[in-house]
Amino acid sequence: QGFFTLVNSLVTVSCGAVDRDVQQTRPDSRPEPPSESTPNQSHADHGHGSSAVGGIPVVTFKWHHVETPYQVALWILVAGLAKLVIEANHHVTNVIPESALLICFGFILGGIIWGADKVQTFKLNPTVFFFYLLPQIILDTGYSMPNKLFFGNMGAILVYAVIGTCWNAASLGLSLWGCHQGGAMGDLDIGLLQYLLFGSLIAAVDPVAVIAVFEQVHVNEVLFILVFGESLLNDGVTVVLFNVFDAFVSLGGARINAVEIIKGIISFFVVAFGGSLLGLVFGLLISLLTKVTQKVKIIEPAFVFVLGYLSYLTAEMLSLSSILSITFCGVSCQKYINANMAESSVSTVRYVMKVFANGSETIIFVFLGISAIDTEIWVWNTGFILLTLFFIFVYRIIGVFFLTWILNRYRLVPVEFIDQVIMSYGGLRGAVAYGLATLLNESKIKEKNLMICTTLLVVYFTVILQGITMKPLVNWLKVKKAAVSELTLIEKLQSKVFDHMLVAIEDISGQIGHNYMRDKWNQFEERWMTRILMKKSVRKSRDCVFKVFHQLNLKDAMSYVAEGERRGSLEFVRNESAFIDFKKKFVDDCSGAMPDITACMSDDYSAMSSMSRIDQVPSVSLEMHEQNMKGVRETEDINTHHLLQQHLYKGRKQHRHRYSRSHFNVNKDENEVQEIFQRTMRNRLESFKSAKMGVSPPKKISKHTKKDQQQKNGKRYFSERIKSMIGNVCIPLTPFPLGPAGIENPAYIPDLDPMAAEIPPWLAEYDAGPVAPSQRAQLRLPWTPSDLGRLAPLRISTRSNDSFAQADAPAAQQKDDEPPTPSKRDGRNM
Amino acid sequence: MGSKASTLLREEEIEEIKKETGFSHSQITRLYSRFTSLDKGENGTLSREDFQRIPELAINPLGDRIINAFFPEGEDQVNFRGFMRILAHFRPIEDNEKKSVAVSEPLNSRTNKLLFAFRLYDLDRDDKISREELLQVLRMMVGVNISDDQLGSIADRTIQEADTNGDNSISFNEFIKVLEKVDVEQKMSIRFLH
Repeated sequence: QGFFTLVNSLVTVSCGAVDRDVQQTRPDSRPEPPSESTPNQSHADHGHGSSAVGGIPVVTFKWHHVETPYQVALWILVAGLAKLVIEANHHVTNVIPESALLICFGFILGGIIWGADKVQTFKLNPTVFFFYLLPQIILDTGYSMPNKLFFGNMGAILVYAVIGTCWNAASLGLSLWGCHQGGAMGDLDIGLLQYLLFGSLIAAVDPVAVIAVFEQVHVNEVLFILVFGESLLNDGVTVVLFNVFDAFVSLGGARINAVEIIKGIISFFVVAFGGSLLGLVFGLLISLLTKVTQKVKIIEPAFVFVLGYLSYLTAEMLSLSSILSITFCGVSCQKYINANMAESSVSTVRYVMKVFANGSETIIFVFLGISAIDTEIWVWNTGFILLTLFFIFVYRIIGVFFLTWILNRYRLVPVEFIDQVIMSYGGLRGAVAYGLATLLNESKIKEKNLMICTTLLVVYFTVILQGITMKPLVNWLKVKKAAVSELTLIEKLQSKVFDHMLVAIEDISGQIGHNYMRDKWNQFEERWMTRILMKKSVRKSRDCVFKVFHQLNLKDAMSYVAEGERRGSLEFVRNESAFIDFKKKFVDDCSGAMPDITACMSDDYSAMSSMSRIDQVPSVSLEMHEQNMKGVRETEDINTHHLLQQHLYKGRKQHRHRYSRSHFNVNKDENEVQEIFQRTMRNRLESFKSAKMGVSPPKKISKHTKKDQQQKNGKRYFSERIKSMIGNVCIPLTPFPLGPAGIENPAYIPDLDPMAAEIPPWLAEYDAGPVAPSQRAQLRLPWTPSDLGRLAPLRISTRSNDSFAQADAPAAQQKDDEPPTPSKRDGRNM
Repeated sequence: MGSKASTLLREEEIEEIKKETGFSHSQITRLYSRFTSLDKGENGTLSREDFQRIPELAINPLGDRIINAFFPEGEDQVNFRGFMRILAHFRPIEDNEKKSVAVSEPLNSRTNKLLFAFRLYDLDRDDKISREELLQVLRMMVGVNISDDQLGSIADRTIQEADTNGDNSISFNEFIKVLEKVDVEQKMSIRFLH
């Protein structure tokens, strides 16, 4: 730390001197990149001096030669060092969010520079900000966006973004103007339009600031996506409002009539939708490109970045919303490029995005701090500044609560009170507002400096103060709820039971999952987009993987059951150290596609929320480890409570958001989900097995006497039963149904009719006993088994010496010929 | 194709269900279409497999138990009436209902909600949650990192807290009593879309 300050002070102190020098020699205004210069003045003198002397200079000091890139590089270095220092002190960052610390650091730096220079040479230049610092942050967020969550809550997000921002802007502008009229601000030369303009630029919630602060505070994923989505999408509104009011201000109040206003409204739609569409187009371009880049894996990441950046610039060029464009570019391409690119490319893209985004964010915050130390903008107007702060705060709260009240009438999962509080408190303004403020036209807007000053103060207030107090506020609210009465163990347990119950009933009654539009979109997507945008080999390998998985499940389940029979007892099932490693089998069987798939599985696993697990192949291996934790016997009350609290599974609503600027780690919620899944499948298999064995499981009531128990049917039912059981095992793992049509309900398992005819010999002698025949079996007329081949599924490996496989070969071919019949019933869906 | 139940819900049926469960007309039709989409066998009833086909239930710790709750004692099929009857437990209690003194208690009353929750534990329907039953539920709800001993002590402690008559099990009344401070109405309600 000492070293760092030393280097820094050395560097900055000398910069002033050199800059003055440099400034004289470069009469044109300072170029874009913020600069910080280098070694000592003396060298410069020497450099200049030596070139004046005759003869060959051995060494020359060519500052101008390298000025721009050097300065850029140095700033990046400084920002990086700052972050290093900050990260080293976690106990500080727990209290004060990193962004606040960086701003403070910026203050210090700015002070030093100003002290040396007497003028602020470095500012957050809007061009640099908007073209070089912001795009990568937004691209990163778009790329890592949890799509399902985002689109699932799109309605709410849009309401907050559009209506909320308009409300913020209008109310702020009008109130300030009202106060101005009332004389609270003294003598200011600002008209109504300018107030509205100011309102529009400061109304927008800032994505950079939001992420920075919310990383500290762990909120549930819905809340996070609402605030975050809002901060991204409100750019569309901000851009339009800002441009519209800017144009109005230039035109002058007299020329505004209905036509202009209508034009303004239309431009909103054009800007917003145009920007999004443009982003989608670029996203598709990227996906298409990655489809054909097998030979040049090394430049795949480059395409992603370049095209993303181009989408941003193209939108800027067409005066559409660039943030929306790059967001949707990232959102639309993530699935396809993750599938198409080699795993190394995917990692590269992810890492590099994070590096860029992190770096940009750091630099932005540091410069936000530095920009403050500039006497030019130190224009103080108590009324204006204080009123702005006050109104922003109040109107945000009003806006959020009102909109939420409306939304809750239509939402499936209402937004709770505490969430609303966090949302209103978390409406942080950031660098975008500042950037827009510096873009104001001075000639039209006399009080630009005041506005810049106010904007900066608002940014500091929200980021620093609200950032610091956010976490304690959340804790206080949550604790307040819980501290009303100390919960008993059973209350705690029951509360969790309720949560899980609700989630289950929601799923059963199709409240969340069963969505007509979403189903239709999924079908469309499966049919067209994946076909066009994903590499053929990837699609095939996904198919292969699921087929194999399916087969493995079937095969394993059967060998499981067979094993149990051989041993003649249920002991085998109870033996929890039974170990079926799918991963290993995968590697052997599907080796061609393997590296991609495992990467795909593990990456997607960590990137997606648990709800979207269904769409990806989880790396489930049916490991059934028994963890023998011989913990100390807890007998104290507190410990028991604590224990229970620690170990209860979280319900779906409580899973933390997975988006994080700096962390990649796999969320441990996944382990939870895996455990539950394994357990459920194990139980289902168990109950099936016990039903088969004729042993009724102790707590399950099985009176099947009403069903038909013919011997022949019994066997068929039995195989049906296995298939449906196993089919159920596979269902969560099948992202899309196997089959040419590809439009089916993913929850439906393909009909395995052809296999019904085959009955494994080891089952043939067995008395089916009180087996409950499945639905399907009841409906269909029983067939006489003509071929007593194995019920084992398709061959797993071409190279297998297994007699199973060889016996299966003809059967497999037979199966391949018959396409699985999609159920016509699904056509009736909704 | 076997006996296919009529796919159209008759008006009288809707009225009956409305009276019994309190759902609105549109809610019932909506839930009916959900019911039919789950019913792969197209015979107007759902089996356990139909429920198990819902992927999210496999990753819900109480998934199978809740599926079980739909099936009446000993039955393997549940028809639409039964389906709605269970779902009715989760209907939010409206204010006007709170005030009305119905002859028979509506399905979504607090007591009935608690009864549903109680039955999740009490599988053998002896109106008591024994230590064993509690342990089973606990086992389902916690991760694998907790040993059986610890779980056992949690179960013991839990019973201790709730048990007032000393029979080492929790009866329904004790269950109600211990949860009296909990806002069951809110925690066990879903908004069913219109």
